[in-house]
Amino acid sequence: MNFPSWTLLGQSLLSGIFIGSLYGLLGLGLSLSWGMLRQINLAHFALAFLGAYLTFQLTSVGGMDPLLTLGLIAPAFFAFGVLMQWLFSRFSISPFNSLLVTFGLTVIIESLIQWIWTADYRKMDSVYGEMKFKIGSLYVPLPELLTLIIAVTLSLSTWALLRYTDLGKAMRAAAEDPQIAAAFGVNEKRLALLLSGLAATFAGVAGLCLALSYTLSPSQIYAWIGVVFAAVMIGGLGNPIGPLIAGIVIGVAEAMTMALISPAWAPLVSFSLLILVLLTRADKV
Amino acid sequence: MKLSAPAWIALVGLGLATVPFFGLPAFYESFLYLIFSAIVLATSWNILSGYSGYFSFGHGAFFGAGMYTTATLTSKFEIPFLWTLPAAGIIAALLGVGVGAVVFRLRRLRGELFALLTLAVTFVLATIVLNTPIDGGQGVPLTAVTLPAILSSPSSTLYVLGLAMALLTLWIAYSIYLAKLGTGLFAIHDDEDVAEVMGVPTYRYKLIAFGLSCALAGVAGGIHAMFISYVTVGETFSIIVPLNVVLMSVLGGTRHWLGPAVGATVITALLYGFTAGDYPVAGRAAVGLILIVVILFMPEGLLGRFIPRLEGRRRKTTAATPVAAAPAPDAVQASSETLLRINGLSKAFSGVQALDGADVEVRRGEILGLVGPNGSGKSTLINMISGHFRLDSGSIVFDGVDIAGLPAHRVAQAGIARTYQIPRPFAHLSVLQNVTLPAMFGRAALGRGAAESEARYWLEFTGLAEKADALPGELNLHQRKFLELARALASRPRLLLLDEVLSGLTPAEIDHAIATIRTIRDLGATIVFVEHVMHAVMELSDRIVVLNYGKVIAEGKPEEVMRRPEVVTVYLGKPHA
Repeated sequence: MNFPSWTLLGQSLLSGIFIGSLYGLLGLGLSLSWGMLRQINLAHFALAFLGAYLTFQLTSVGGMDPLLTLGLIAPAFFAFGVLMQWLFSRFSISPFNSLLVTFGLTVIIESLIQWIWTADYRKMDSVYGEMKFKIGSLYVPLPELLTLIIAVTLSLSTWALLRYTDLGKAMRAAAEDPQIAAAFGVNEKRLALLLSGLAATFAGVAGLCLALSYTLSPSQIYAWIGVVFAAVMIGGLGNPIGPLIAGIVIGVAEAMTMALISPAWAPLVSFSLLILVLLTRADKV
Repeated sequence: MKLSAPAWIALVGLGLATVPFFGLPAFYESFLYLIFSAIVLATSWNILSGYSGYFSFGHGAFFGAGMYTTATLTSKFEIPFLWTLPAAGIIAALLGVGVGAVVFRLRRLRGELFALLTLAVTFVLATIVLNTPIDGGQGVPLTAVTLPAILSSPSSTLYVLGLAMALLTLWIAYSIYLAKLGTGLFAIHDDEDVAEVMGVPTYRYKLIAFGLSCALAGVAGGIHAMFISYVTVGETFSIIVPLNVVLMSVLGGTRHWLGPAVGATVITALLYGFTAGDYPVAGRAAVGLILIVVILFMPEGLLGRFIPRLEGRRRKTTAATPVAAAPAPDAVQASSETLLRINGLSKAFSGVQALDGADVEVRRGEILGLVGPNGSGKSTLINMISGHFRLDSGSIVFDGVDIAGLPAHRVAQAGIARTYQIPRPFAHLSVLQNVTLPAMFGRAALGRGAAESEARYWLEFTGLAEKADALPGELNLHQRKFLELARALASRPRLLLLDEVLSGLTPAEIDHAIATIRTIRDLGATIVFVEHVMHAVMELSDRIVVLNYGKVIAEGKPEEVMRRPEVVTVYLGKPHA
């Protein structure tokens, strides 16, 4: 085996951090709804891809700046998240059934995407696509850097929201024990709607980042599920910063596996990590 | 004439076996083969996941293991196709049992975490297969492999193999459904800890069910490899296989042996119809929609929704069987002989010392009252004796045998039964089934028929005979407390542990319960009971033991012990004189 050059290793480290931040961004909404609403929302991935395709459409056909599309997508996704939570609480869905229902939703959204945009690969052309700059001998692509910045900003502000504001404290109380929180005057039903809307919005933002740097196809929805779940489990359910840190750890581990061994072995790292975490930390979930 | 289910399976199977002789186009045989294959997958999945509630998302891994076993053995080692099928089953079963042996040891790895873990196993396996010579990234073609000419055409041969597997799988699922194994698995589904405490060897049962489930999926995979004749990692280990299987079973009903087969037939026909009509995308969307609608409006599935009504009608007619002659716990005279001796028992929960070197002795035939303030360790002591928690140090000797550290089901089989302070009945089993289970799995270890009449006896005894066919959810608290008692008694225990049976009852109900406990003692049982209702303690106990902060602070005759200053201090505080 040839040992790769330091530049290549550095570049791998960097791309690991970048993809890891996308894992973290996707995991943020997932972690919030799992940890605080007790829902395992598989549809989060489908939503992110729907967001990505919408960004693609608005940018490539509508000629909008990709970042500005969020002005349309974010409110629409927020409304969708609220609607979903309303449905879940109306039918009092158990955590496990939420997994099945959101899988049904995933399949429907996937079919919708395939129907509108076909199963062909799509890649968004945007002003940001080609932008990159150089630090020393390392290339830094702008779309990926944007993803990192967005992921860090959203994770930190969600953390601050939950930690320091009255709203966030009420949310945490409602997550801990909805009945008791309600007895102390917290409108837990409305907070749950808000939280679910927020999680769906995060899916939309993650979709934007997906569209910025990745080639899209409907079947890709399933490719992200395992590794992002791994990041969420390792990072801790309901923890807004954990998925980002865990995501970056996984991303770097995968990138190093690709550079040192072979790209095809990379999935082994994330799923072995997930299995390990489930076996050792299951008691704390 | 009424036919039994196996007779029906055989009859339908014989009928379907004649299909290849009608000379239909191969297209029909292939369509039916796909349904058979789906039936095998969904039904085999249901043996573990439907019966015991451990929803696996890894069924694709075991199906895939079977596919690659057959693909490798036939194409690379030129082993005849039929010989590879048992190998496919064995490899898949070994894989499943290997995973289960680790995972089933962890109490918390249930529900969604088990689903995630099995999904992760699928992806790990896929990565390994893809990167080793098993596949190598190119896929494995089986076009050169000869199919044995069981029937004239290849499609007929595969049709018959698929049919045979479907019938075998249904027969196995049906047999387990009726067997002791099935009863145990359904109890695990509702409350695994309680099932274990009632004597169900939960770990072994889950492993057996998982192994069988995987073996059947593996063989189906072996046949399917030949059917598609080109095996690739992407198609085999996709998340679509387990999700379809879950969908089929949930649609048909996971609590019935035939449910998954019904769901498999409906979904496969539906998907095929859409694909044939050139709307495969719409077909997938329809499947997604069906899943949502079923979960929201029919969480028990098609059969779960419609079968109980039929069975309810049939049950009414059997309910009239006369109660068997009174079986009783071992009739033993009260004596000074020790039945249970606990020495220096300690247990800490992350820093909180719940029990701190407690010594307790229980004599054969007595009623021992266990009292003390909240948090003094009474319930922990009950949990330790029944084997729910592992002890930190000390010993528990029951009838001369050290039972400390034994799994709870072995403790139950040795003759220790308990009730729960907050009743924990198996929610989906009828009251009669709830009481039958410990009679089958506990010390009595009766067959199903004998266990049922035993259960009816104790339902009569506790005044629940009228409610035999009701679900526990329909009982009030008083009745659920008595259901706990009936369950404990039905195992014919030598030692009965009662954890606050009186709490939450009205004064009239308490008097009734006291009378009942006295009758149980008169039958010769040894009883340890934890209680806060002091007048009941004073009235019933031969001796009492007072616990405080996990230590025994007093022990002896009730009137005498309760007058001791240290006991009064614990209950009422120090006098300021």
